[in-house]
Amino acid sequence: MISHYKSRARIGALATLASALALSACATTGSTGDTASTSAKSDDKAFAATPAGDPVFASTYTPFPNAATAIRGATIYDGKGGRIEGGVVFMSGGKITSVGGPDTPIPADIVVFDGTGKFVTPGIIDIHSHLGDYPSPGVEAHSDGNEATSPTTPEVWAEHSVWPQDPGFSRALANGGVTSLQILPGSANLMGGRSVTLKNVPARTVQGMKFPDAPYGMKMACGENPKRVYGGRGRAPSTRMGNFAVNRETWLAAIDYANDPKAKRDLAKETLVGVLKGDILIQNHCYRADEMALVMDMAKEMGYKVTAFHHAVEAYKIGDLLRENDVCSAIWADWYGFKMESYDGILENAAFLQREGACVVIHSDDANDIQRLNQEAAKAQAAGARVGIDIPDATVIQWLTYNPAKAMGIEDMTGSLEAGKMADVVLWNGDPLSVYTRPEKVWIDGALMFDAMNPKTRPVSDFELGQPGEGDVK
Amino acid sequence: MKRLLTLGLSGLALAAAAAPALAQDVVIANARLVIGDGSEPIEGGVVIVDDGKVVFAGKPAPGQNLETDMLIDAKGAWVTPGLFATVTTLGLADVSAVGETNDITARGTPFSAALDASTAINPTSQHILVHRAAGITRAATTTLPSGSIFAGQGAIIDLDGDFRPVMQARAFQMVTLGESGADNAGGSRVAAHALLRAALREAQALVGKTGIPETTEIGKADDVLLSRFDAEALVPVVTGRQKLYVAVDRMADIRAVLALKQEYPRLDLVLVGATEGWLVANEIAAAGVPVIANGLIDLPETFEQLGATQSNAGRLAAAGVTVAINAATMQDPRRLQQVAGNLVALTRMPGASGMEWGQAFAAISSVPAQISGMGGKAGVLTAGALGDVVMWTGDPLEVGSVPTRVFIGGVEQDLTNHQTRLRDRYIDLDESDRPKAYDW
Repeated sequence: MISHYKSRARIGALATLASALALSACATTGSTGDTASTSAKSDDKAFAATPAGDPVFASTYTPFPNAATAIRGATIYDGKGGRIEGGVVFMSGGKITSVGGPDTPIPADIVVFDGTGKFVTPGIIDIHSHLGDYPSPGVEAHSDGNEATSPTTPEVWAEHSVWPQDPGFSRALANGGVTSLQILPGSANLMGGRSVTLKNVPARTVQGMKFPDAPYGMKMACGENPKRVYGGRGRAPSTRMGNFAVNRETWLAAIDYANDPKAKRDLAKETLVGVLKGDILIQNHCYRADEMALVMDMAKEMGYKVTAFHHAVEAYKIGDLLRENDVCSAIWADWYGFKMESYDGILENAAFLQREGACVVIHSDDANDIQRLNQEAAKAQAAGARVGIDIPDATVIQWLTYNPAKAMGIEDMTGSLEAGKMADVVLWNGDPLSVYTRPEKVWIDGALMFDAMNPKTRPVSDFELGQPGEGDVK
Repeated sequence: MKRLLTLGLSGLALAAAAAPALAQDVVIANARLVIGDGSEPIEGGVVIVDDGKVVFAGKPAPGQNLETDMLIDAKGAWVTPGLFATVTTLGLADVSAVGETNDITARGTPFSAALDASTAINPTSQHILVHRAAGITRAATTTLPSGSIFAGQGAIIDLDGDFRPVMQARAFQMVTLGESGADNAGGSRVAAHALLRAALREAQALVGKTGIPETTEIGKADDVLLSRFDAEALVPVVTGRQKLYVAVDRMADIRAVLALKQEYPRLDLVLVGATEGWLVANEIAAAGVPVIANGLIDLPETFEQLGATQSNAGRLAAAGVTVAINAATMQDPRRLQQVAGNLVALTRMPGASGMEWGQAFAAISSVPAQISGMGGKAGVLTAGALGDVVMWTGDPLEVGSVPTRVFIGGVEQDLTNHQTRLRDRYIDLDESDRPKAYDW
């Protein structure tokens, strides 16, 4: 979703100066256990869709060939708050095999990189991206992120909009060290549709990028965007109270559907029932503290859980509530003041949440910022330090790795450097919390997918072939 | 209270002076001093500001004497000139998406080139206060085009929050060609160029004339594309007395802009954006046209940015082009330091072009000031420059660094704003005694 609408297709040189209007939508779909619809034809042949709940549009991703590899001598942040000096990360078979101090055994005859003076982290994870559904070039024909035709569209799936040739994926890999990301519908709608979690690997199809066994999310949106988009058309919702009324009616209908074994299949309600069952995670765009508190109560009323609030610029006002409700806040470091509900954004948001013991995730929502999530986190850390909240570097890295993995439901597979987990690893050429540092190498499932030292490892999308700058350093 | 100092001695006595609220003489010693002209930092540097101007910055000469009201021991902290943000909208909107507060665009007006940003700058805008606290002391600020290719006339402002924010009104005109200009001109680049030439010809015809301009309006249906007042406003452009900022990105569009000099040799051109500038870096350098370049744009967001790369600024600079960093393409101008730091990071990446530290800092201080006609006055600490001095928590190009003290024209600035007040209120969530509304 574009919460800070940039008329990017219009004014390249002046992109973010254009007045900001936000559009966003979210959608989720859950699969339910309902039986597939069937119909009989005169020739007695029965037609049937794949039953609801069975995998469809399934991931075809498998890890690329990889060599057993070790990095030694680096400072390691394990993604869960641990730090090892001069340590060893050993990966083989696409998995992390071992992580430890300088004495960790490294088998002979494998690829070994000297990490002296360098840093190793888990692959960076962006919980909030629109790559692929608002791809570059950002022309109208590519505007596939908001199904802004109804305030609730839980039936749409972001993966059906993702253009795998978006050049933005490669920038996020090479400059940002991003190995996994969640693509969300926009925030024009109260319920914008299902998200999809991707491995950041180039592929011909979105199925080739889909993160195997990642749960779906459902995008919801509070506040200004839905009421503006639909109020502007003379229909509900046109107010914040209208937002809640439409949401609650929709949840009640979903509960009825879930309780009716004879109900005809309904893609929208399948998603909502998936949420009620806990199979689909709610990713809720919401800026203001007071609205977040209301949403958490709505979730209790209807029997679902909010996994994360996104763009939660006022989360710092209710860090205690967020901790008690076990809801993560996915936030920017410094965005503020571009729309009314962002007016109270402060640099200390993340640090104040950390102070309360609430879950912090740094997100991008932006094809540029996704390339520098490490720098955004460093800004938020420094703001805390200035008011006496000292957050260790290793914890700050957790904001970009394990915490987003947890909020996306993939923390058992990736997000930290632990034996048995996916070998999603970044070797940085310096301290990742410094502006002067860039990824030097990025592994995804143990395969070296980017190496700054080798130009041929820069992915070039189909769109870029034969065009100015093909294969250039970006 | 004045005190006599002797500089350059190891035993320099440093005593804190009470900070007066008005203009004062300031001496900052023991600084990691950045001049802003591209040179490397000076250890143990001293800055002396007198009557609002820099009188000395550098290594102190032994035995140098002066009287001062305020002596600051930087204790090795970084001290720099104030940053100069160019192509901003600071002071022209409170909340950009809230139309009532937004003076950046005016889709309904018949005017374009005649628009004058200096008439509406709000010196107490929170954006000005926030950006002052980020070390930006001067800025070029402008309206943006909405109904025409012309954005209007931008102003040079200071961020000291007094009632006189405008240092120079009508400092430059800005025009957009490329896709944006095409859209505003009726639908094509060809139309944008025709409108530009028609406008410049009208302006040429008005040179030397006084009274009410008699030129005919250029219009289409009910839209006025160029009124007589707009034509009059372009007279200083066509005579070279006012800079013409041209926002373009595509290589071919850049070439078309450079070619304008053959038709209108007095144009004082500045390129803004220039995403594909690296493809014609030598031609830009040969034309002597400075570039306010996008710093980190590396996506083909439009078809005129297919060649986008973060190495653009570095490649332009290496070709001899004068390069400042464009604040218009970042989330907020307070990211200038981050963008400059990233350009330094590129110098360590194989195949990439970036800038060395001093050059990168100059690209957000002295160079944009120079492009704005403030060379030697802003963004630099040399004798005679404005007394804009910033002391930092650390390396000013590092993402975690912020100013600890900011002087504008020799006057120390209050660094509080809406954000710092919220920070102070929510330093805890304790409401056991009274709600937060009583905590201020």
